[in-house]
Amino acid sequence: MEVAVENMPWGVMVILLPLAGALVCFLWPRRSVPLGLLGALGVVACVTGLCWQVVEQGAQRYTVGGWGAPLGIDLYADGLSLLMLMMTAVVGLGISIYSSGYFEHKTAVVFWPLWLFLWTALNALLLSADIFNLYVTLELLGLSAVALVALAGGADALTAAMRYLLVGLLGSLCYLLGVALLYHSFGSVDIAILAERMELSPAVWAAVGLMSAGLLLKTALFPLHFWLPPAHASAPVPVSALLSALVVMASFYILLRLWLEVFPPGAAAAGQLLGLLGATAVLWGGIQALRQTRLKLLIAYSTVAQMGYLFLAFPLGTSFAWKGALYLLLSHAMAKAAMFMAAGNILRFGGHDRIADLDRVAQRLPLTLAAFSLAGISIMGLPPSGGFIGKWMLLDAAFYRGQWWWALILIMGGLLTAAYVFKVVGYAFTQAEVTHEASRVPAGMEWTALVLALAAVLLGLFAPWPLALLDIGFPFSGGCAE
Amino acid sequence: MRRVNWDSGLLLLILATSLVPGLVIFFLPEERVAIRTTLNMGGAVVKLVLVGVLIWGVLHGHQYETRLPLLPGGLDLVLHADAESVLFVTLSAVLWLVTTIYAIGYLEGSQHRSRFFGFFSLCVTATVGVALAGNMITFLVFYELLTLSTYPLIVHRGTEEARQAGRVYLRYTIAGGALLLVGTVWLYDVAGSFEFTHRGVVAGLDDADRTVLTAIFVLLIAGLGVKAALVPLHGWLPRAMVAPAPVSALLHAVAVVKAGAFGIVRVVDDVYGVEFAASLGVTGPLAVLAATTIVYGSLRALFQDNLKRRLAYSTVSQVSYIVLGVAVVGPIATVGGLVHLVHQGLMKITLFFCAGNLAETLGVHNISDMNGIGRRMPWTMAAFTIAALGMIGVPPLAGFVSKWYLGLGALDAGQDWVVFILAGSSLLNAGYFLPVLYATWFKAPPDAWPAERSYGRRETAWALLAPPLVTALLVVAAGLLASAPFSPLQWARFITTQEYAP
Amino acid sequence: MNSILLYALAGVGLFTLGLYALIVHAHLLRKILAINVMGSGVFLVLVSLGGRTPGASPDPVPHAMVITGIVVAVSATALALALMLRVQAKTGQTLLPEERLE
Repeated sequence: MEVAVENMPWGVMVILLPLAGALVCFLWPRRSVPLGLLGALGVVACVTGLCWQVVEQGAQRYTVGGWGAPLGIDLYADGLSLLMLMMTAVVGLGISIYSSGYFEHKTAVVFWPLWLFLWTALNALLLSADIFNLYVTLELLGLSAVALVALAGGADALTAAMRYLLVGLLGSLCYLLGVALLYHSFGSVDIAILAERMELSPAVWAAVGLMSAGLLLKTALFPLHFWLPPAHASAPVPVSALLSALVVMASFYILLRLWLEVFPPGAAAAGQLLGLLGATAVLWGGIQALRQTRLKLLIAYSTVAQMGYLFLAFPLGTSFAWKGALYLLLSHAMAKAAMFMAAGNILRFGGHDRIADLDRVAQRLPLTLAAFSLAGISIMGLPPSGGFIGKWMLLDAAFYRGQWWWALILIMGGLLTAAYVFKVVGYAFTQAEVTHEASRVPAGMEWTALVLALAAVLLGLFAPWPLALLDIGFPFSGGCAE
Repeated sequence: MRRVNWDSGLLLLILATSLVPGLVIFFLPEERVAIRTTLNMGGAVVKLVLVGVLIWGVLHGHQYETRLPLLPGGLDLVLHADAESVLFVTLSAVLWLVTTIYAIGYLEGSQHRSRFFGFFSLCVTATVGVALAGNMITFLVFYELLTLSTYPLIVHRGTEEARQAGRVYLRYTIAGGALLLVGTVWLYDVAGSFEFTHRGVVAGLDDADRTVLTAIFVLLIAGLGVKAALVPLHGWLPRAMVAPAPVSALLHAVAVVKAGAFGIVRVVDDVYGVEFAASLGVTGPLAVLAATTIVYGSLRALFQDNLKRRLAYSTVSQVSYIVLGVAVVGPIATVGGLVHLVHQGLMKITLFFCAGNLAETLGVHNISDMNGIGRRMPWTMAAFTIAALGMIGVPPLAGFVSKWYLGLGALDAGQDWVVFILAGSSLLNAGYFLPVLYATWFKAPPDAWPAERSYGRRETAWALLAPPLVTALLVVAAGLLASAPFSPLQWARFITTQEYAP
Repeated sequence: MNSILLYALAGVGLFTLGLYALIVHAHLLRKILAINVMGSGVFLVLVSLGGRTPGASPDPVPHAMVITGIVVAVSATALALALMLRVQAKTGQTLLPEERLE
């Protein structure tokens, strides 16, 4: 029995299971909710298995079909991909539970197959060991995400989805052109082989530029963020949550992989530029979030700002800074999903998400409001949340490298975040009378939001374990890493 | 994994006695008054007992410490009980018990009580955490938790004024927290450690850049100064007066301003080391800042007609005595500062309880309405009088002991100017308290009070009356029995012998 | 200049042309076509660079990639067209809101 668990190709299962789930949901639409939930639980189990395997045996490489690189497809799981998979599994499970109460039957039959396809693509992306496979999975992810945004059906959502699709395709084509140039230069698309053969040439510079630009567009780094707020705000709530928490981080993950392992060390000079753009995103996104009058748009702009934080690690470049950024990413995913879910509950309960009129709603949904506040604590980076740990590590790295101005950005970003979070939370404490009939919010939806938010906060108290996990396979030792 | 034995578990238990009831209370329906009261009181009493055990243990040389690794590389959350923590923990535990009784009486029948008592318990948890923190990051964690748990208490009433005050409070404290965070990270980067030790970790650094150390000191003090209401960072405190009376009492006597003052004591004594801080030349400016705050707060208090606002400015002034005592640099002045941490808490909480009683029973908020109020509420006003006289520094009350040691300490340290500040401040104290006392006892009462509530033959509800009487008694006791063992003064001396040990 | 490089440059040219069209044309159908032109440009680069050693048999890997890429492009185009029709049905226009002439 134990041998079976040890030898199970968990990494492959992690991709096949949601795919199978999606197909089954598609074939039996009447049972899509229980089948989808079952699929989600199955993925969580497989990721747990993979986690066990990686911790026990170190980084894993699977040769799918036995073909091997360069013709076949390799899957590779090290600490970095494992942590991202785990985070996806936790948030994904939360989104699944939330969605089971959110959608009406007519939408649910479309949502579940698409969501599980998206999950498949995301897991495959996180396990891909070559840059072409990354392109394919990124494209699959983008297409299913666009379809999910369009699910809301209104004119806003459809135009936002259209824009999202065009931007996404543009980004992936830029990336693909870069892949072509790298393949031409080194005769391989395998990340490990590329890392070995890497040397500088004009074609490589062009490839680095194209791939980075495409990925930055998809990660919505300022000033390429214009498409994100409308898409994230007009989608159905569970979709907003998974876009802001999971989909955006996929392109960041690819960029991080390439930066750490493939790109030539000379590219580090561009780190200052990325840091600068990140800093602008932090401030611009924060200010825009503060100016919004609708809750979902506020949260969407907050995502723009939070993505900016991640890029502050590029100019710092120490392994401590990378881990800090990843920890921010991790806690942001949970907190942001919880925030969107809380917004969804408020929307369902009061029928609107105008911030100025929240007072009549907020007081009657204490669990939801607690979820929003706890998520806000993590996003602000107040202790003891996961966001605090990430921010602490970035601050520490900034002082260590003597680049204190990034610390200033981190602090100012935190203050802006506090301003827009409390702009919302403050409405819980008013003497407003309840004036209208409210629709009921299922308890599952309230509790999912609360549990995810709580997880984001408690992440701060259990940092050593995930951080140690990150070292498996030494993802922070090659390329531009120092 | 560190073995959890009884000694390390004790500190966690002390935290849990308010954290667990608080979390449970959040989920209680409004009308479950009996369970809520039991939880509140039970937690407070158990905490007090555990603190008693802690005092016994510390005196008998037990080492209390609990660690939780926060980040690899030696960054831990540390709970640690030394003599200073015990002083602050005891103060919090005692005053929490009386404030809980008071709050139960004060909020009887009002809305959102589960929410109130939930955050109230979290607030005390945070304060105790601040007291027990064994290094800067643990301190920071609880310091921020304190900000978050007091905000809902300040805006509790939900009026536009309260929400405005809440916003101002957050603006100040979140910004202060950010400064403290930057200072802490920078300190960690320079010193590699920030555990609280008797001589201070910074004092042991040989090759550190002194300008950088000064800059870090300024950041830390600025961050802490917000809560300690040092001028010019005091603006939030008078506005926070819109909070319900038990909250103001807690804020002014134990929780928020004390956390700031205690933090300053920690930074000067246990992070930098008081002698090293003096050699760095940062204690002089800090003393001047504290002196300015003392005078400024008293001057502003003179011109307030609203009783709670006058008390608020009085707090601005009085808390800086603690900072002054530390910044004067000398064993005797440090004793004065530390003992004032306790004494100011006892006196100020009494004053706020009494102010709350006047508002709740008679609807009196302004000093101009207090004529002859001593005849209507003699017990309340007797407690008020004792506390006010203590604040002025009349012997043998608690405030006198503080001021005596501060003055002696300043002379001992050769900083004679401080004595003039103390004398001037006492005059101002008298200037803003004595007219109130005169009006209370000797002027004729009006025909009718603004909004009187009847409590039968008693002047007010017992839950409102007992707490100020108890704390007023403690004010007398702390002064009269100052040289008895276990008095705040003796404990402050005990601490100081450790800080200044050769 | 050998023919392989010529093809590759033509591919880059197509990519750039498509990018230009994507930016300047407001009509969604034109944008979708522009994306397809860009995609063809990338595929041309991939295929042409696959035969970079003259005389030797061409490298099969880029061909496999192009086939995969075409599959992705076809599905993306299908989705885009369907979405465009839905946008037109809802808003009566085949434009993104920011490109409408007021």
